[in-house]
Amino acid sequence: MSAVASPASQAASGARARTINRIVIYGLLGLFAIFYLMPLFVMLVTSFKTMDEIQNGNMLSLPHEPTFAPWIKAWSEVCSGLTCVGMKGYFWNSIKMVVPAVLISTLLGALNGYVLTKWRFRGHTLVFAMMLFACFIPFQSVLLPMATILGSLGRFGVTLQNATGFNFGLGNSTVNLVFVHVVYGLGFTTLFFRNYYEAFPTELVKAAQVDGASFFQIFRRIMLPNSLPIIVVTVIYQFTNIWNDFLFASAYAGSGDVMPMTVALNNVVNTSTGVVEYNVNMAAAMIAALPTLIVYVVAGRYFVRGLMAGAVKG
Amino acid sequence: MSTVAETRIKLTPEHDARPGASVRSRLQDLLPKIVLAPSFAATIVFVYGFILWTIYLSFTNSKTFPSYAVTGARAYQRLWRWTFESDPPSSWYTSITNMGIFGFLYILICLALGLFLAILLDQKIRGEGMLRPIYLYPMALSFIVTGVAWKWFLDPGLGLEQTLHQWGWTSFHFDWIKNKDFVIYTVVIAGVWQASGFVMAMFLAGLRGIDGEIMKAAQIDGASTFQLYRRIVIPLLRPVFLSAFIVLAHLAIKSYDLVVALTSGGPGGSAWLPSNFMYEFTFKRNEMAVGSASAVIMLMTITAIIVPYLYSELREKSR
Repeated sequence: MSAVASPASQAASGARARTINRIVIYGLLGLFAIFYLMPLFVMLVTSFKTMDEIQNGNMLSLPHEPTFAPWIKAWSEVCSGLTCVGMKGYFWNSIKMVVPAVLISTLLGALNGYVLTKWRFRGHTLVFAMMLFACFIPFQSVLLPMATILGSLGRFGVTLQNATGFNFGLGNSTVNLVFVHVVYGLGFTTLFFRNYYEAFPTELVKAAQVDGASFFQIFRRIMLPNSLPIIVVTVIYQFTNIWNDFLFASAYAGSGDVMPMTVALNNVVNTSTGVVEYNVNMAAAMIAALPTLIVYVVAGRYFVRGLMAGAVKG
Repeated sequence: MSTVAETRIKLTPEHDARPGASVRSRLQDLLPKIVLAPSFAATIVFVYGFILWTIYLSFTNSKTFPSYAVTGARAYQRLWRWTFESDPPSSWYTSITNMGIFGFLYILICLALGLFLAILLDQKIRGEGMLRPIYLYPMALSFIVTGVAWKWFLDPGLGLEQTLHQWGWTSFHFDWIKNKDFVIYTVVIAGVWQASGFVMAMFLAGLRGIDGEIMKAAQIDGASTFQLYRRIVIPLLRPVFLSAFIVLAHLAIKSYDLVVALTSGGPGGSAWLPSNFMYEFTFKRNEMAVGSASAVIMLMTITAIIVPYLYSELREKSR
């Protein structure tokens, strides 16, 4: 373009500036997309490569002869410490822990939110504030007392076992972890439901009361049917949080065949007997990541909403 | 709000006439509290009670097992002494300096990157629906998975360095993950990777909530895009900054898993954060009192940030 300052060329240079602008914006967005995708991409391609290809090839290249062997090995043979039984048992440990913990904490959160918005009493803000603060505490500050209590309950469980032949779940790691996750998840679930029910028309509840509906009838017939969005948010949030937890899991179920997925993965990766099989490690990591990734892909919108509620203002 | 229950009773007087009905209606009145009680009790016992218990333990000389004879603030004195023991650095000195470096960079970069990406995405981008989940998905992963992935990616012999060597850039050198002075920065990189997309989502929601009329008016007044954002948009996003800061600050102080999975604590514990210090001293080094004291300090730090925030949030709402 020559430097003739006619209106037409000015418009053209304006358009050109805008084009450059767009290119820069898209370029930056693309670069960041690469930054965010890179580790997942590397993990995924590595998990389909043979060890030979990993040692001699490029980290970023696609597998020449894709093989499922590392995935199969990670699922059913990989060693965590000295036991080599694969991730499958730990995967089920996590499932057995996550499902009840999510269901119980969500139900309790819904009831709490319902009481704290529609059946208010003096001091309801204080109660809520105290439960809310519990969301933010570093769990290190409760870790040790909980370990002590769970330990004594476990011993009590053994006594019960001897006396009655049944230990009522006391001392069972999965039960312990469900309990811990319910207790320390209550703050979040209560927060979600409280904020949601806050906007729910109280007139409907009052009208139902006038018609003689009881506390639980109102909850079941009026509140719950209208809570689907917040139930989805809470379930996804709790599921990701509990599935991904490492601190409680390593403190209360840190070894043996009771470990949840995250602890087992960390052990697998740090098991240093023999050659480190990176492809198997990556496959194991993918197996650990898949449930939350799938949930995220299917219902990502709600996931964001749940995270945002962590900032109190929904 | 108790009027609700009273109205109900007044409107249905026939219930009161029957014997036992008053007990039942009293029970109905109490029911909400009964339903809430277990959760509240659990919070009182397992959160506040346990915090007091931890505080108590920090004033004993518990080693491998809890001991309940109060022996004074020795654990705190030791932590205090270690705070200034920089040569050679005590584990506590390393942990809190790392916390400072990690906390500062993690929060700052996440906020800056999150805002930057949100502003870019807000320029009427085609394919926004595809880009947003790409930026955000790391938040769905566990820190352990993130750590494993980045450990591989940053490993000098396997990851980025090796790849660039193969591409011909043989002088490229990047061994932070094995370097005790730089390992904490790799934790920052992985942490930012995980959380910045979420901060982006918060800012994007904030940007979408801004009244378009204000923007138009400013543009008509001849404000450049840069001025528009600096003078008008960013100040309007102040609440989002605050919320994002709170979320990031408490994530930073709680960070534990990432250090374990990414660095296994780093060479000689050089990547420790206070959370790792607490875990190691309590469960591995049999210094329970010191571990408890460090947990109490972590809790106080978070409290100092969270309580004023919650107070203002809840007061605002009840008004």
